[in-house]
Amino acid sequence: MFARTAASVAVIFTLAVFDGAAAQTANQPPDTMAARVEACTPCHGNKGEGTSDVYFPRLAGKPAGYLYNQLLAFRSGRRKYPPMNYLLEFLPDPYLEAMAEYFAGEHPPLPQPAPSEVSKEVLAQGELLATSGDASRNIPACVSCHGPALAGMQPGIPGLLGLRAAYISAQLGAWRYGTRTAKSPDCMQVVAGHLTEADVTAVAAWLATRPAPANPAPAPKGTYALPFGCGSQPN
Amino acid sequence: MGSKLSITLLALAALTTAAQAQDKSQSNTNDIIARGEYLARAGDCTACHTAPEGRLFAGGRAMPTPFGTLYTSNITPDPDTGIGKWSADDFYKTMHSGRFPDGGLIYPAMPFASYTKVTRADSDAIYAYLRAIAPVSQKNKPHELRFPYDNRQLILGWRTLFFTEGEFKPDPKKSAEWNRGAYLVEGLGHCGMCHSPINALGGTSQSDAFKGGLIPMQNWYAPSLTSNREAGLGDWSIKDITDLLQTGVSMRGVVYGPMAEVVHNSLQYLNDEDTRAMAVYLKGIAEGSSPPPAATALPTTETSLLISLGKTVYDRHCASCHGTQGEGKPPHWPPLANNQSIEMQSAVNPIRMVLNGGYPPGTKGNPMPYGMPPFAGLLSDNEIAAVVSYIRTAWGNRGTPVSAREANELRSAPLN
Repeated sequence: MFARTAASVAVIFTLAVFDGAAAQTANQPPDTMAARVEACTPCHGNKGEGTSDVYFPRLAGKPAGYLYNQLLAFRSGRRKYPPMNYLLEFLPDPYLEAMAEYFAGEHPPLPQPAPSEVSKEVLAQGELLATSGDASRNIPACVSCHGPALAGMQPGIPGLLGLRAAYISAQLGAWRYGTRTAKSPDCMQVVAGHLTEADVTAVAAWLATRPAPANPAPAPKGTYALPFGCGSQPN
Repeated sequence: MGSKLSITLLALAALTTAAQAQDKSQSNTNDIIARGEYLARAGDCTACHTAPEGRLFAGGRAMPTPFGTLYTSNITPDPDTGIGKWSADDFYKTMHSGRFPDGGLIYPAMPFASYTKVTRADSDAIYAYLRAIAPVSQKNKPHELRFPYDNRQLILGWRTLFFTEGEFKPDPKKSAEWNRGAYLVEGLGHCGMCHSPINALGGTSQSDAFKGGLIPMQNWYAPSLTSNREAGLGDWSIKDITDLLQTGVSMRGVVYGPMAEVVHNSLQYLNDEDTRAMAVYLKGIAEGSSPPPAATALPTTETSLLISLGKTVYDRHCASCHGTQGEGKPPHWPPLANNQSIEMQSAVNPIRMVLNGGYPPGTKGNPMPYGMPPFAGLLSDNEIAAVVSYIRTAWGNRGTPVSAREANELRSAPLN
C-alpha cells in the first residue's frame, strides 16, 4: 500500500515536472541560432542571403573566420558603422563566433547578377584590374587573394560573389578613408589606397556582374599563396 | 648536547612561524587585492578608464559632455603617467573629496559625488588592486572643453551646489541588507549619475535623487528608480530584480542601451548577496505611483488613426515575438503589456528600441541573448510613431501616443 502510494506520488510528481518543462518550452523562443540572430535579418536576410538594400552585404557561405573578424571589428569600433557597433557592443567572443559559424553554414542560392549600369569599356577595365591587376601601380589582381572563382579562402578571405556594386564601392571607399580597418598588415587598406575613383567604380561594377560559379564554397586554407602579407589571413 | 638540540628546535620553530606569518600576510594581501577587484567591478571603473581595445585602466576614453569632451585618465600604477606615485591616502582623498592629491579639482564626470560614500577600507582595497595590475605608460590626453568650461575653478560652483562630502551613514531603522544595498547603489554603483535628472548646470539636486532623467549626449532616458510608473521596482519580485541585474533579462523586462553596459561591465560580477541587497534597497525606495502622465498633445482623430495603423504594423512585424496581446515570451522576448519601460512618460526608449533594435548584454547567466531587430530602415517615421503609440496604449498600457516628429528626431540619436 505504502509502496503504491509512494509510486503514485512519484508519478504525479514526475508528470508535474514534465508538464512544467513542456510549458516552459512552449513559452520560450526556439533554442536555435536562427532565433538568436533575428536582429540581423532585416538587413542581411533570413539566411544571410542579403536584402533589397544594395548597401547591406550577403553573409551566407562566407568563411566563418572572416565573419568572426568582422564581428570583432564592429564590436571594438575598428570597423565603423554605428548600427552594427551598437548591436554588438556587449556580446562575448564565443557568441560572436557562433553567429559567424551560423551564417558561414547557410547556403541560400546566389542571386542572379543585376544588369550593370556602366559602359562596356568600364566593365572591361574592371575585369582587367580584377583578374590581372596593374603592376605599374602596385595593384594586385582581386583573384590573387580572393581566388580564381572569387569564392574566397578559409579562414579569413571572403568571397566577392553575390555583392552589389554599391556595397563593394562603399567598402573600398571605407578603407581609403579609414572607417574600415583590419588587423595589421591591413592589406586591403594598402590596395584600396592605390585605386582611383574610376578604378573603384570599374572593379565594383564588374564584380557585381559575376554569375555563380559551379562551386561557390571558399577554397580550403592554404590552397594558394597570397602575394603579400595580410593580418586577417596569417600564413 | 640537549641544550644545543633545543636551541636548534627553537630556531626552527621561529623560522616556521615567520614563514607562516609571511604566508598569512601574503594570503591577506591577495584577499585584499581580490576584494579590490570585486569592488572596482561594483564601481564600474573599467567602463570609463579603459578605452575600446585599450589596455586595462590606461584611460584615454573620450567622454562627450554638453560642455566638451573629457578624456579619462590612466589609473594603472605607472609612476609617470598613471597613479604609481599615489599613496593609499591620496587615493582615498581623491575618491572621497573629488580632488587630486595636489588639491586640484576633478571634473564631476568622475562620480566622486557617489564615491565619497565609499568606506576607507573599501577604498584601500581598490587601491591595493590598482597597485597590482600591469602598469601602462600612456600619457593622459588633455580635455577639450569649450570656454568657459575649460576653467576648472567653475567646478567650485558645481561643488557648492551639488556635492556633499561624506561616507555612507547606515540607517539604523533599516535592515543590514537594505543598508548594504543602499551603500552599493548610492556609492560605488553611482546609479544616480544617470537615474537622476541632470539640470542645465550638469548636476543633480539631492531631492531629485533617482527621479529619472534624459542622459545628456546619449539620448536615452534613464527612468526613475522611485516611481513605479517608470523603473520603480516596488511591484517586482526580488527574483525578477536580481535576474535583471545579474543576467540582463527577467520575466518583467530586459536591460538595453546604457544599462546593458552597466550589467555587462559591472553588475553581472556581483555576488548573490550583494545583488539581493541592491534589489531589496531598490524595491524599498519605490514610492508608489506617480501622478498620471500629462494628456497627449495630439488631436483625438490623429491619435485614433495612428493607433489603428500601429496595430497593423504591430501584427505584421512585432506580434511573432512579443505576442498578439503583448505577452512576449519572457525572459528572452520581453512582454510589452504592463511593461513600465513602454508606458513611462518619456517615449524616447521605446522609439529608439524600434529604430535601432538591440541585444541585451551577454552575461554569465545569459551568454547568448536574443536580439531585437532594428526597424529604422523598414518603417517610416509615421509607422514608427504608430506602432509605438499602439504598444503604449494597448492591453491596458497607460502611456501616451507619440508623433512622427518625435520618431524622426531620434533617427539621428548617437548609437555609441
